[in-house]
Amino acid sequence: MTELARLVVEGVALGGAYGLVALGFVVIAKATGVVNFAQGTFLALGAYLTYNGAVTWGLWFPLAAALAVAASAGAGAGLERLVVRRLAARPPHAAIMATIGVAVAGDQVITMVWGFDHHPIGDPWGASSLRLGGVSVATVDVAVLAVTVVVVAAGAVFFARSRLGLAMRARAADGELAVACGIPVHAVDALAWALGAGLAALAGVLLAAGTATARPDLGLAALRAFPAVILAGFASVPGALVGGLVVGLVEVLTAGYAPVHAPWLGVNVHQVAPYAVMLVVLWLRPAGLFTASPARRW
Amino acid sequence: MGPGAPTPGGRGRRRAAWAAGGLAYLALPLVVDDYWLSVLVVAGITAVAAVGLNLLTGYCGQVSLGHAFFVGAGAYVAAVVGSTAGLPLALWLPAATAVGAALGAATGPFALRFSGHLLAVVTLAVLFAGQHVFRNWTWLTGGGAGRSDLPIASLGPFDLSALVVAGHRLSFDQGYFWLVWAVVVVVVAASANLVRSRMGRAMVAVREDDRVAAVLGIDVARTKVTAFALAGALAALAGALHGSYRQYVGPEEWDLLASIEYLAVVLVGGLGTVGGPVAGALFLGAVPHLVAGVSGALPFVARGAEPGVTVGQLDRLSFGVVIVAFVLAEPRGLVALGHRLRARLAARPRTRPRPGPPAWPPGCHDGGRAGDRQGRLRPSGPARAGGDA
Repeated sequence: MTELARLVVEGVALGGAYGLVALGFVVIAKATGVVNFAQGTFLALGAYLTYNGAVTWGLWFPLAAALAVAASAGAGAGLERLVVRRLAARPPHAAIMATIGVAVAGDQVITMVWGFDHHPIGDPWGASSLRLGGVSVATVDVAVLAVTVVVVAAGAVFFARSRLGLAMRARAADGELAVACGIPVHAVDALAWALGAGLAALAGVLLAAGTATARPDLGLAALRAFPAVILAGFASVPGALVGGLVVGLVEVLTAGYAPVHAPWLGVNVHQVAPYAVMLVVLWLRPAGLFTASPARRW
Repeated sequence: MGPGAPTPGGRGRRRAAWAAGGLAYLALPLVVDDYWLSVLVVAGITAVAAVGLNLLTGYCGQVSLGHAFFVGAGAYVAAVVGSTAGLPLALWLPAATAVGAALGAATGPFALRFSGHLLAVVTLAVLFAGQHVFRNWTWLTGGGAGRSDLPIASLGPFDLSALVVAGHRLSFDQGYFWLVWAVVVVVVAASANLVRSRMGRAMVAVREDDRVAAVLGIDVARTKVTAFALAGALAALAGALHGSYRQYVGPEEWDLLASIEYLAVVLVGGLGTVGGPVAGALFLGAVPHLVAGVSGALPFVARGAEPGVTVGQLDRLSFGVVIVAFVLAEPRGLVALGHRLRARLAARPRTRPRPGPPAWPPGCHDGGRAGDRQGRLRPSGPARAGGDA
């Protein structure tokens, strides 16, 4: 029972991080209609820059993380300005290939700059653990959950109450009408990409914290967030978070129980399980779990 | 004469092109060294797979990130049918193709429900699931270690890995070059025929707007599934050749990056063109070797154990940059670039005047107003001596 509780907390924490990445995907997709395959690069960038800030330069960890997230956000806005904006009128595969190209090149730049070593990012949680109600959970999991909740709440307030949030929602709902209403669409798009990249970077910091490290294959975690985005339906913000939680739980519980109870599923089935779940859900509800309308053509 | 029929001059040029191509096909393995020959063989194999992906994504508009799975499946089938069962090439090559077609047809129905980005992620799921199977069905695939018992290609009495011609023993690469590029020619010709056929046109209609296509009476489901099946078949064919050439197949090579490489080949070559896959395969096949050649001159590249950027990293980086550059600058690929160059060259003014209609002396038909050859009117007045020489 305590094992299950520990796995659930771990899964929910992982799911929180995935939810942030998924949220980043959704913000970008809603605003500009592009699936950003370079999210993994921003994720890794967040972790590595935090390593630089906190470990190499000795900054206070939250400051290092904030700077890393800000830098990634800037990179996201830059990507939008330089690449995505020119592809607005092209068919979807153009943007897909462009972001894939950026991802391939970006991942290489990361290994060129930081090498292939695994770097701990200097977070204050490390391998410590807390006792919550008789269950021993890793402190980092609790911290990740807390950060996710705060960020999501802030995001909800931002989108619901602020002028900029309203502008972004208008842009996402109907781009042309937004232009007609005087909304600075270019600025909003850049902001959307900055937010998306920043969320990915924050998720990268959270995923590399604790006993994990900043490592070259960290960017692949963004690929595992894909099922989260799709499970929820591409355009749903709360759905992205719930999708992330589902994926995190599926991954951790599968990793914990499958080798013992279902070894025939194969080694490392927990990496494929979220995708399998996604396929099943999509087969039953092509629009995902959170949209009432039929599948939107992406 | 319809729009597609060659002009009399054009037919002669075409014959010359075919003759030159045939000569190159026969002669290249005898003049090129094994290093570049292997580059060409790999490019040819990639081209076969790319033709399949081009049909699926370029002509039918279905994005697939799972192509590498079908290629890998073909290699494993070749190992099973060719080595475990010991059957000849005439059986293992078609068997791989058939299995690829079946797997593609099984993936096709997903395209009936999803399109665009969603379909891309669904095919990604197929890719990952496939890689999982490759890693875990050890009894069939050799698990993580893969299989090294791929069959050598031999047609009847001719062992293509060690042909003997006029007393000379030819190398592995030379024999395989002829096999692979023969397959490339057949596959490209077949695809060229397909796109002109009814099914090909149905695919393009589905790509443009599948609802309108349905209204027009096209069986959209059958078209999409056929496209997937063809892509799977050609991918598996390429995979079987790949496995036989490399004499190894393992699960780690059929990952997302491999799928991206095939997509890049199709995109760079020219999405939705007949020659695009081959052009893209040759171009992207040559780039790593050119990068390796150039990297010796670059100061920041590591040599041996020195610090610095490795050639592999530079190669991958340039791969990503090439993709972005082509998407931004020439999205219709090398084929379109070639057309543009040819049009530029044709439109350039010639240095010597073409023999044209005889120059009318000024003032002949125009009532005394002198006009030069370009038709510009000069101010009326006495005709200048010599007119427009």
